[in-house]
Parts: sequence; C-alpha cells; structure tokens
Amino acid sequence: MKYVDEFRDGAVARGLAERLAAEVDPARTYSFMEFCGGHTHAISRYGIAELLPKNVRMVHGPGCPVCVLPIGRIDQAIALALDRGVMLCTYGDVMRVPASASAGPPPAGGDPLGGRAAQAPRGLSSESLSLMRAKARGADIRMVYSAADALKLAREHPDREVVFLAIGFETTTPPTALVIRQAAAENVGNFSVLCNHVLTPSAITHILESPEVREYGTVPIDGFVGPAHVSIVIGAAPYEHFAEEYRKPVVIAGFEPLDVMQAIVMLVRQVNDGRTEVENEFTRAVTRDGNLAAQQIVSAVLELRTSFEWRGLGEVPYSALKIRPAFAAFDAEKRFGLTYRSVADHKQCECGAILRGVKKPTDCKLFGTVCTPESPMGSCMVSSEGACAAHYSYGRFRDIPVVAAT
Amino acid sequence: MSTAKKDYVRPIDFRHGRVDMNHGAGGRASAQLIEELFARAFDNDALRQGDDGALLDVPPGHRLVMATDGHVISPLFFPGGDIGCLAVHGTLNDVAMLGARPLYLSAGFILEEGFPLAELKRIVESMAAASREAGVPVVTGDTKVVEQGKGDGVFITTTGIGVVPLARRLGGALARPGDAILVSGTIGDHGVAVLSQRESLEFETQIVSDTAALHTLVAALLAALPEGAVRTLRDPTRGGLATTLNEIARQSTVGMLLDEAAIPIQPQVHAACELLGLDPLYIANEGKCIVVCDAAHADAALDALRAHPLGRDAARIGTVTEDPNRFVQMATGFGGRRIVDWLSGEPLPRIC
Amino acid sequence: MCLALPARIVALADADQAVVDLGGVRKSISVALTPEARVGDYVIVHVGHAIGLLDAGEAERTLALFAEMAAQQAQEGRAA
Repeated sequence: MKYVDEFRDGAVARGLAERLAAEVDPARTYSFMEFCGGHTHAISRYGIAELLPKNVRMVHGPGCPVCVLPIGRIDQAIALALDRGVMLCTYGDVMRVPASASAGPPPAGGDPLGGRAAQAPRGLSSESLSLMRAKARGADIRMVYSAADALKLAREHPDREVVFLAIGFETTTPPTALVIRQAAAENVGNFSVLCNHVLTPSAITHILESPEVREYGTVPIDGFVGPAHVSIVIGAAPYEHFAEEYRKPVVIAGFEPLDVMQAIVMLVRQVNDGRTEVENEFTRAVTRDGNLAAQQIVSAVLELRTSFEWRGLGEVPYSALKIRPAFAAFDAEKRFGLTYRSVADHKQCECGAILRGVKKPTDCKLFGTVCTPESPMGSCMVSSEGACAAHYSYGRFRDIPVVAAT
Repeated sequence: MSTAKKDYVRPIDFRHGRVDMNHGAGGRASAQLIEELFARAFDNDALRQGDDGALLDVPPGHRLVMATDGHVISPLFFPGGDIGCLAVHGTLNDVAMLGARPLYLSAGFILEEGFPLAELKRIVESMAAASREAGVPVVTGDTKVVEQGKGDGVFITTTGIGVVPLARRLGGALARPGDAILVSGTIGDHGVAVLSQRESLEFETQIVSDTAALHTLVAALLAALPEGAVRTLRDPTRGGLATTLNEIARQSTVGMLLDEAAIPIQPQVHAACELLGLDPLYIANEGKCIVVCDAAHADAALDALRAHPLGRDAARIGTVTEDPNRFVQMATGFGGRRIVDWLSGEPLPRIC
Repeated sequence: MCLALPARIVALADADQAVVDLGGVRKSISVALTPEARVGDYVIVHVGHAIGLLDAGEAERTLALFAEMAAQQAQEGRAA
C-alpha cells in the first residue's frame, strides 16, 4: 500500500530509535502526551514503546471519542432505540460501550427521555446495557461505516424514525455536517442526528489548566504529539495557542509508526533546545490552514455548546458542538425532547487521573481484574485506543516478568 | 374410469418452489424432498438403504474420531463458496486436525419456512460435490422446518467420523517449549471474502474464501514426519489465528513468540483489513491449518506442506516458549513487541 | 477518531462520489470535502469520506528525511 508501507519500515525505525537514544539528555526524563487515540493504538500495535529510550515516557491522552463519550449520552441512544423504537445507526466501536444498568424504570426527574411517564421495566437484570445488549433485547441498532449510510437507511425506510449517533473529533465532524445538509436539501422527514462531536484544542487546554490538576498533582507533560487527521481538517494554526500560552512544544505527527517516532525526535530536540513551537511532521497531509471546505461545512451546520461532559474529565467548557437552530428538524435532542442525565463512573475507576497522565493503567485497582476489555468499567478500557485497553491488549506482558525460552 | 397415472407424484418444483411446513412434518412431502433432493445428490450405499441411521464398517487397529460443527453463516453464498461446501469442509477439517482419516459424514438441516428451493438445491449440490471430491460420503441426515422468522434461511450441522492409528496422538495440550509453529498458507481470506458481501461494508476485491478440505494435506504432512513429531494441528476458524494460538497456549501451558513479518497475508486482505480497521490475525480461515511440531522436523514439515496444492504458501511463523502466563507474543515488523491476545467479542470494524 | 488511510482515486462519479483503490481493494467514497480532488490523486479516507489530499512531493521529502537520519546514524555509529 503506497504511502503506508514505506512509513512502517522496520530498518528505518531502528535508525530513528538510535538517533533518539543519541539525542536524549540522560540526566532528565521526557513525558510526551499523544492526544490522538489513533496514535495510542499505533504505539501499542507496533510496540514503539520498546524502541524508545528508558527516559522517554508516552502518556496517553483522551483523544479517543468513544472513550470520552459519557454514559448518559449512550443511555439516550439506547432509550431512543429500546423505548421509542427508532432505528439507531452507529459506528462499530460504540456498540460495546457499557452504559447504565437496566433494572426497572429510572428515578423520577432523571429520565433520559425527558419527562415521560415511567417506562416499562426492561427486566430485572442489573447488568449494564450497551447498544449491543440492547440489540439482543430487540432494539433496532444498525452498524454503519459512514454517516451517509444512515441517511440511506432513512430513505429506504420512510415509515421509521432513523437516528444517527454522531461521535468523533474534528475529523469525523464534517461528514456529519454534510449528511445533515444533505437531509435538509432532500427534505428527508424521518432522519435526525444525536450530535456528540467534541473538539481537540479545548480538551488539551482543559488537561493543562483544570482545577483537578491540584487534586491529582501537576501534570508533568513536556510536549504534545498532535493528532494526525484532526489536523488535516483544522490545520496547524489552532495549536499555536498552547505553544505560546502554556510553553509546551507541539509536533503534529502522521499516523504511521515512523511518523510517531520522528515526531518524538522533534519533541526531544525542542525540549533540549528550550523551544516551544508548533512543528508539523505530517507535511504530506497537514497545512497551516487545514481543509477550508470542511471547516465551512461544519460552521454552517453546527455550533458550539457552552459546556459538555467528557467521561473521565467532567464538564469541559466550549468543547463540543450541537446542531444549529436552522437544522432543528434534524436534531434528535429537539425532535425527541431529550434531556441529559449524568451518570458517574465506578468509584475506584482511575480514568480521570490516567487521562491526565498522572497515573498509569497498572496504578488502577480495577485494571485487569474487574475491568477488562470484555467488561470495561471506565472510559480508558472501552475502546481499543484507550490507555488501559491498549496496555491490556498489547502490553501487559511487560508488567509480568516473562521467562525466556530455553 | 380415472385416467390418473398409478403412483404418479408431481415432482418438486425446484425453480419456483419454497420450503413449507409439510417438508418437515415427516410425511409424504418430507420423504419426497429427501428422495428428490438429498438422496439424489449425496447418493451412496448407506443412504440407499433408506434407514434412519447408517450401518458402518470401521477398519481394525484404529480409534474413532468424531467431530461436529453447526453452520449459521450469513450470507449463504459468498465468493469462493457457500454454506454447503463450508459445512462439509469444516467438519472434515476438525476430524483431520486430530490426525484422523475422515470416513463418513452426517448432515442435519434446519430450514426456514419460505426458503427458496432453488437455493436449497444449489447448497445441497455444492455439499455433494465437496463430499465427492473429498471421497467422504454423507451417509445419514435429518431435515426439520421452522416457521418463518425463526431461522436464517438454513442452518446446517455436520458431524464427521474418522479413524486414527492407535499409535497416533495429537492434541492442543501437547505443545512443548522450543517447538516450531507453522501455518499452511495465507490468513484472513475467508473472513474478508464474506465481509466484502456484507451491506454497508461493500468493497470490491478479488479475494475469495479459502474454504477447502485439508485431510489430504494433513495425511501428506503426517506421512513425511516420524510419529510424534507433530504435536498439534488446528484450523484457525472463528476468532482467527490469534484465538487458536491462544487456545493451544492455554491447553499446553506454554507461551509463544511469533514473527509478524513471517505471517503470510495476501496484499488485498491486508489492505481490506486496514480499510475496515480489522486485524487479520482475528479473521476466520476455512482452508488453513496451524502445525506445532518438533523444531528438528520443521523444514521437512514445510517441504511436505508446500508440495501439496493447499499448502503452497506454508511458512514458519514462530516458536513455542516457556511461559507460565501463557502469553502469545509477537515481534512486530517494526521492531517492537506486542502480545496477541484473545479475541474480545465480535471483531467490529474500527473507526479510530 | 483517527483511522484514515491514503488511497488513490481511480474514478470520479456523480453526486460527489469517487472510487478509490487501496492496495488493490476498491471502495466507493464521498469527495464532497475535497472538491479539488482529481483522478490519480491520493486522498486520506475516513469513515467513507476523503478528508484531505496527500501531497506526493511532501511524502517523498519526509521519507527522504527518515532515510537520511537513519544513514547519518549509521555513519556516526561507524565513526564512534
């Protein structure tokens, strides 16, 4: 595969690893946060951690939109499918995320459907529901590969209400905006979107300056590996803010393992030189301004929410998008009169601290025992890109001394 | 006087007819379906007896191996195969994986009311062809019909019986540290071929399912090596290579170290998996087998596999290690290391 | 949500659609977000949409940079 395989070359990787080893200052440690879930996955899948010098540590940030989708939002989607009989369309990775337990009707005033009379009990089981489990109980949940597929289903089933559960950072937002605009142009009367799109720069700012930093301790992050595909859309310019205001270098990195390693070399150099700039390693796809066509489509259809809850981080101001009033007919929240009820994670879940880089997965009491990919308790385990899931699936052999073959 | 022909029974309309509840009731309609479709397609001595079971001969000096498989695949027809030949191959392979020579098959059908007879005929004829090609007859069977909505068209359960020489013992618990791990060919083909048919994941590819009966490949392998040199044979079906290796590691209480660069994958399978966010290690295979053998005989094993049409791309992919934690680890092509864990639920296409 | 791959446009179609090729596998996607894309261009594909173009010149420059660093390292290694 052109422009993919060349960026996975093992021999070049070894060269970069040696360069890195030559340039790090042995007297200090370096902590870099890779914000993007795709980078977390790449680091785990290719075993990049093995190739880094011992004093370079990668901290996995909250750049996995499945992981940061709050339980309350999934509850809304499940309720629409199970109780309102909509055809709920969603991307694959969301289907297994566990949401709230399903024993009986919820307490008055906290109904995710917003003020309806008590629902019929869904059974006495207190296991938590996910979209996949809701499907097993008869909900019509369809996995789609793109937002356009959801609109296609709406056209094919004019007698059904079709709702698209939209999640994702700035990479995934333009397709959703496109599909809403398309639905409006075609006057599709049975289609709406449950919009949970979130924004990268706000999340990074929140990590660096939130009040909880006092509770968990200072965040020892020396620099950021900027997301690959989000940056294609938003450009390199939005990161200039952190570099200046927080005095942290940012290197935007491509998605392949060589890109990640090169970005780490560039970050180490910046730290050694005392520079705090925005550099672009992913020049083959990212420009300073980004994809203007995509940005225009998004701002025509969506607007900022004043606040949005992120699983593991709490309420984050100006960090998410909602559908503009002009497109209210396609806004599932308005169409179905939904209200939002926040649901807390397990008390012993350490996701908040892990997302900020203050704790590691193995520091959490629940990791690997109660909390596994099969039965995730918190946001870091729910998707294969969360820090805990990535470590469990690819790296937990490092936690246990392994005896070599004789 | 009536001019009705004596004993005339109108033949089943396989072009336009559909399965109905009568076909499963055990009466005339059932008998007719069996006679005109199943018995005609599978035709062999045992079936011609017309009994509910088959009386079989077993060669002396052997032990019996029995295996069974239920097939619920959707779609029923896919590039390279269908549920029918898959049902035959799958069970033949399970028998072969214990080092046995398959002798007989049985086939149970659960049909959904309304299922087109034209499709059923296509499936049964495909099964019959697979059975003939493998030299293993379907000697007994059963048919039931369930109401519309209670079945996915057709479910097929096949059971196979084979024989293994008394001296031979293969199994998942017999792998030892130092043993070589081989695979008989490229992985991920079947799963990708099936996925390419699923709606909403539509993509065009030349990949066809690798569904095949492996018993002659296995026989060639076992003939080429001393008895006991091959410890384990297993076909990586549901859950793929990764899951099957983890199963063996668990049974034998060993670890494994794989070499990613050595695992044979077709470029299009690799690309399709990338496109969908799937890991080829977890994708089903229906015509491949994993071989764990004494490392001293690994080269001879590879030669034997590669000499057979179904083993041309056979490769050594790793080594069994000493590991009480039973991790299957992999040296990545990139130079790092990762574990290859059990499959977590159904492999859903990843977006991230 | 970052799974995105560079694929080559092999055909353009109506309604902002295109067919792309990745390693021999073909898929139909939307190019509504990359109106400037032409047949032969490489685009980055994410959830069924092209979200940006890949600059072939920059790709070659980046690869050359990697190769240079690796060679430089080998040289320094020998000199040490």
